[in-house]
Amino acid sequence: MKKIILMGNPNVGKSVVFSRLTGANVIASNYPGTTVDFSKGYMRLGGEKYEIIDAPGTYSLTPTNKAEQVALKLFEEGDIIINVVNATNLERNLYLTLEILEKKKPTIIALNLWDEAKHTGINIDVEKLEKILGIPIVPTTALTGEGIKELIYRIKEAKASKVKPSSEKEKWIKIGKIIKSVEQVEHRHHTIKETISDATIKPATGIPLAFVIIIASFWIVRFIGETLVNLIFDPIFQIYKPIALQISHLLGPGVLHDIIIGRLVNGDISFMESMGLLTTGIYVPFAAVLPYIIAFYLILSILEDSGYLPRLATLVDNVFHKLGMHGHSIVTVFLGLGCNVPGALSTRILETRKQRFISATLLAISVPCMAQTAMVFGILGRYGFQYILIVFLTLLTLYLLMGLLLNRIIKGESPEIFLEIPPYRRPSVSATLKKTWMRMRWFLKDAIPWLFLGVVLVNVLYSIGFIDWIGNLFAPLIEGVLGLSRGATTALLVGFLRKDLAVGMLLPLNMTPYQLVIAATILTIYFPCVATFTVLLKELGLKDMIKSTLIMILTALTVGGILRLILIGL
Amino acid sequence: MPRVIVPLTELTGGLEGRIVELKGGFGFQRKVRVMGFREGKKVRVISVQPAGGPLTIEIGGSRITIGRGMAQRIFVEVEQ
Repeated sequence: MKKIILMGNPNVGKSVVFSRLTGANVIASNYPGTTVDFSKGYMRLGGEKYEIIDAPGTYSLTPTNKAEQVALKLFEEGDIIINVVNATNLERNLYLTLEILEKKKPTIIALNLWDEAKHTGINIDVEKLEKILGIPIVPTTALTGEGIKELIYRIKEAKASKVKPSSEKEKWIKIGKIIKSVEQVEHRHHTIKETISDATIKPATGIPLAFVIIIASFWIVRFIGETLVNLIFDPIFQIYKPIALQISHLLGPGVLHDIIIGRLVNGDISFMESMGLLTTGIYVPFAAVLPYIIAFYLILSILEDSGYLPRLATLVDNVFHKLGMHGHSIVTVFLGLGCNVPGALSTRILETRKQRFISATLLAISVPCMAQTAMVFGILGRYGFQYILIVFLTLLTLYLLMGLLLNRIIKGESPEIFLEIPPYRRPSVSATLKKTWMRMRWFLKDAIPWLFLGVVLVNVLYSIGFIDWIGNLFAPLIEGVLGLSRGATTALLVGFLRKDLAVGMLLPLNMTPYQLVIAATILTIYFPCVATFTVLLKELGLKDMIKSTLIMILTALTVGGILRLILIGL
Repeated sequence: MPRVIVPLTELTGGLEGRIVELKGGFGFQRKVRVMGFREGKKVRVISVQPAGGPLTIEIGGSRITIGRGMAQRIFVEVEQ
């Protein structure tokens, strides 16, 4: 099958063009470097099936990070190239275009963000540009779909350009000449958008605004999540309960009952504690976690698509630089708060091994995913907000301290931030909903198999006595050092499969709120879940992953021990 | 009017400057050029983050955040 590759600078709407071409569910956002992994789709052209690949954004064919390396490799495999060019910034975009054209592959240009260019008073003579570059060029506004039909229609006209190869310096001269002959820019005044843009990036106004935005975001997530639980998910499970009890009755006692329904608490099903497939196995993902996942990704999509994140990256750069990374790493943290897997993937935009190592290790150690956070709220919320606060403040402190420490220990360079700040764009309602829906589906698809496996495993291991055995084995550590009841060992084991399930398993142990605080904190730190572990292993390599893992375990024991001394005493 | 040449970090007070020199190796030069920092381009500093933080620069209609160390190696000519 022939391959069509989409190439372009970051943040030119490549992913939107891609999703228009394929109709596929693709995540596009107003943040440089969101597509760190590539997306694949298919389309039919004149009866022939083509594979379309959306490559990560790159400013040139000389890669400076892992994401750009991926882009270069994809480019080389392509049969037809669609070069997506930002019409509002033609000059800078043309550098990559010239590099692409020199490779003599059939190419067509989508001159995207065409409406934005018109609004800002930029006029481009498309016909003239076509003549100079010798390839078809189609103005598009991917967000509204304008020009996409023509683009599809003209893909078959894609051809190799006659542009001669030239040195870097010659290219810039050539670009200067091209711009002079095809582009006219009307003088314009500062717009309101730019004033807002400046206010959110200047420290005096930007830092207070950042606090307001972040706090408001989390408050809204909690509000939406709780509302969904109270109005939709809990009522559904109330209706479902008698049905589950009926099944329990039909099954009668035995191993099968334990696996499917679990243990009854005071003769009744407890959705959080029973540990059966049809009780805890579906209650945890659907009723306890999903509402918050929906709420979180809704807000994250808006933050991403509006273009706020690069501004936040600028404001926090200072702090992150002292931790051995740069402002860009805030994206890893934000994505990680949803799920650590995309968080780990996002470390690819960082330039050096040192930055990637620190960013990924800190992610695994002290960024709880939404599934875990929702459960921590679930088990600690009943005792008061202060307990939840201890967990999160501990993790935040840990992030900062470990960063300072790792910055000193890990050898290598930490290059400075160098990041495009795109203009604010109004997120499209349909794109936001589509993205939230996709991520929600992704969560369910990813979480449920592991949750079910966790539930089955716990029941099987329990019945063969393994749980008691391992509980006794680790008792000196879990009881002696961390001050928890020995049943917590099982929760830590299950935490490798799913952290949300593990948090739920702490409930029947009858621990005090402080013990729960320690256990919940340790669950975040000690080890990533299996999905994150696999991705990290791939991203960091075996050697660094072993290092990272040792750091995690060591940190978990140290922090657990200290918390125990402070909260419980000897 | 007298003209002075200063690093980008000293282009303060909303003044406009024109890039005259990029001091650094081949890799550095390419990295900043592809993002729009080239000789002859007009630049303006939008914001400076405190305590050695990065600068945000307006250049050719776009905005770019750049670390202070890199900004120190970009020299601009400014009318005084």
